Amino acid sequence: MEKLEFTLPACAAPASRGFTQSFALCGVVASGNLEVLVGAGAAASVCEISVTTSARGFAPIWQALLSEFAAQNPAGGTRIAINDMGATPAVVSLRLGQALCEYLGAER
Amino acid sequence: MNAALPGAFTPAPSFFEATARQRVQQLLDAGSWREFLPPPTLASSPHLAALDMPGAFDDGVIIGAGLLGAKAVLVAAQEGRFMGGAVGEIHGAKIVGLLRRALAEKPAAVLLLVDSGGVRLHEANAGLIAVSEIMRAVLAARAARIAVLALIGGSCGAFGGMAIVCSLCSAVLMSEEGRLGLSGPEVIETVMGFEEFDARDRALVWRVTGGKHRYLMGDSADLVEDSSAAFRQGVLDCLGSQDTAPATLASLRATQKGLRARMTRFSSCRDGSEVWAGLGISAPQDVPLLERDALIGLKKGLPA
Repeated sequence: MEKLEFTLPACAAPASRGFTQSFALCGVVASGNLEVLVGAGAAASVCEISVTTSARGFAPIWQALLSEFAAQNPAGGTRIAINDMGATPAVVSLRLGQALCEYLGAER
Repeated sequence: MNAALPGAFTPAPSFFEATARQRVQQLLDAGSWREFLPPPTLASSPHLAALDMPGAFDDGVIIGAGLLGAKAVLVAAQEGRFMGGAVGEIHGAKIVGLLRRALAEKPAAVLLLVDSGGVRLHEANAGLIAVSEIMRAVLAARAARIAVLALIGGSCGAFGGMAIVCSLCSAVLMSEEGRLGLSGPEVIETVMGFEEFDARDRALVWRVTGGKHRYLMGDSADLVEDSSAAFRQGVLDCLGSQDTAPATLASLRATQKGLRARMTRFSSCRDGSEVWAGLGISAPQDVPLLERDALIGLKKGLPA
């Protein structure tokens, strides 16, 4: 198991999208899957992400994937926690998008 | 959750395929669900962390309160996809806490959405103790005349310690997809051999542990279709008819006598279909393909 922490620059979520809930949770910790928990973070300009993963040695790939996610989504001001059991990058991206959408109360 | 696109085909949500969170949302009155100890309130399992395995934020079970048909209910829903819904220390403590809360709140019922292979072996004694505490808490709730209903319709069924918990409940509701049995198919095959039980024969597994068999044997009070709406209706019917009087020594002795007689009567059977023939069903080979309503009708016509 490996624990990784990231603090990434991100655009703040638009204030017009009122938070409908205190947290959003997507996915299940199962083989090739992960759960993503999104809640309020400390600073509006960054997205804090902590990852607990069963697969060791993939820190550079997490760094690349999460940086891209933070740069391309209104994830500023959120804190994201992930429990992963060997999900592929595509599944991780899907779950991140799903969880953020649900947290921001946006329509998919 | 999200509004469907206009004109889009939306099938009735399957209970079997839904996650624990989806099941709860679909089962209860819209907007009434309130989760207790939602993530990230609790720490993940320390036992899994010690084994270098990632845990889940809710340890594989969600608990909370809501309304079903405007009646107050407390609900625990296990997530079968996380470690087979297995009961660990935190997981078990959440269910026990919910059942104890029922003693104070006196809800119309406690609903256990069971989807579990039993105790979480990674947590060893802590997991075993957790399961036994759930059993004790179920009996305490029933002694206080609170209906505790087990709903079984998930991919893991209800096995091991959770099968015992279900059997201690006021009533069990199953879908055809649900399974109930003490030792799981793989366990029987491993211990007793392939000749005793072929765990890869899925049809056999369902003929011996599946919802239809359990309904015909009277272990499940009702057989419902595989949808949250059907389980919801099943719960409403059950709450209307449920006798919440606690068990007496005489009633337990009568049950025990009935079970012993059943064991003797069917002791030579090797397959569910042989048991159904013994019950007086003239075409037992047709049972697995019968629709739910036809099976209910078939059971009503059986000799007592």
